Amino acid sequence: MNWCSLPGYWIGFEVLERYGCRLADGFLITLQLVGWSFCLGLLFSLPLALMRLKAPLPVRALLVGYMTVFRGTPLLVQLFLVYYGLGSLRPFWQEMNLWWFFRDPLYCCLFAFTLNTAAYQAEIMRGALQAVPRGLSEAGRALGLSKGVILFRIELPQALMIALRPLGNELIIMVKASALGSLVTLYDLMGATKFAFARSFDLAIYLVAAVVYLALVEAIRRLWAVGERYLTRHLVARA
Amino acid sequence: MKRLLIGSLIAATVLATGVVQSQAQQKDWKEIRIGTEGAYPPFNNLNAKKELEGFEIDYANALCAKMQVKCTWVVQDWDGIIPALLSNKYDVIVAGMNATDERKKRVDFTSVYTRTPISMAGAKSIASTDVSPDALKGKTIGAQASTIHMNFLEAHYKGSTARGYPTQEEANLDLLNGRLDYIVADRLSLEDFIKGKGKDCCKIVADVKRDPTIHGPGVAMAIRKEDTALRDKLNAAIEASQKDGSLDAIGKKWLGFAPIQ
Repeated sequence: MNWCSLPGYWIGFEVLERYGCRLADGFLITLQLVGWSFCLGLLFSLPLALMRLKAPLPVRALLVGYMTVFRGTPLLVQLFLVYYGLGSLRPFWQEMNLWWFFRDPLYCCLFAFTLNTAAYQAEIMRGALQAVPRGLSEAGRALGLSKGVILFRIELPQALMIALRPLGNELIIMVKASALGSLVTLYDLMGATKFAFARSFDLAIYLVAAVVYLALVEAIRRLWAVGERYLTRHLVARA
Repeated sequence: MKRLLIGSLIAATVLATGVVQSQAQQKDWKEIRIGTEGAYPPFNNLNAKKELEGFEIDYANALCAKMQVKCTWVVQDWDGIIPALLSNKYDVIVAGMNATDERKKRVDFTSVYTRTPISMAGAKSIASTDVSPDALKGKTIGAQASTIHMNFLEAHYKGSTARGYPTQEEANLDLLNGRLDYIVADRLSLEDFIKGKGKDCCKIVADVKRDPTIHGPGVAMAIRKEDTALRDKLNAAIEASQKDGSLDAIGKKWLGFAPIQ
């Protein structure tokens, strides 16, 4: 017996015992999907936010357009446009040697999710950067500090404090939105749950999935509390 | 707190199931609500005017006329088609559903009214007609999720990658896009695709060998286990339609041949 069928065995839930390993595999896919797209989004969000604030007008207009479209349309629509829309341009992707990427449902999901979350995260970063009091960077300039030092040592640490909670919310939303991947043949946690349900017709398996999602979100919440304590350690009164 | 929450969730589910079961009482069936998918031509399909059409629509309407009952149609996604029957959204499923042992654990089936070949379709360039698991090793095969075709892939095509789609149309689209090497479905449903959108790309490669333990005896109507009166009524009507030739006549109109092969 595999370790992943043990929980079902212990609580005497036969369906979970039988499909526990599929659910565990699905959970890993969900983690990968959310982890990668969120981290890539985070990576892109800072340059995007800075360009959105400081680049010349045409670039700024382009970025505003990108963020408006990806924040203003359902993620499912974006996913279908990437998976079936871009997927229908096979000869073009083969020419570009990119068909291996657009053929794979996991990469398509990653692509759509990353574009989506990068737009949200860039807006969070922009707001946070704008919320840092102007006097701080002016003081830095008065001291003759370089632009880079002002940005990375003064503005960013302040902005991150403001951005942390909204970013956590975005991650939690991504965890839940990742269930959409099951609609483009991905066996993520939701896909595996649907599979188990289709074979057993036992609704309780969805309850198991709900508990797993809930546990993941709770873990993220606690992780974020730790992150916030670290970022705001200078504000905590010492006993 | 969390334990309390999960406990009450489970309690709510159990309660809901109990309510549904007590609602279903034996009645004399002057009105029957029929659930179908509406995305599986030529069996059942929503046409451009949003009207249901297909072999099963005509056939079930003919049965209703014969039984002198009023029938209304309900369109329901495939994934939820059995749960919706169990929660009393309609009384019978007529949606190309094969009477498998797995499904018999939750619902009852009438007599079989259709049994058609199951086939694999693929690109026109495929020369071989061998669709055995060995021949398709390493290939990507698509099917509609939660169907016997998916179960069939899972059971026998372990060396291939199986992909499950919410509807058959999406699987067809991915064969067209070239993401899939093969799709497996009822031959008639595949032919519908090959004659239409798949005209230039694809063809039927070969029929697959039926596995009785997975595919079951054929397509039948599904009802709730407690509705035995409805089952008997439908069985009598199905039997009559076989005797008077109306089943074959409607079959020929939509499928091109008698529905029980």
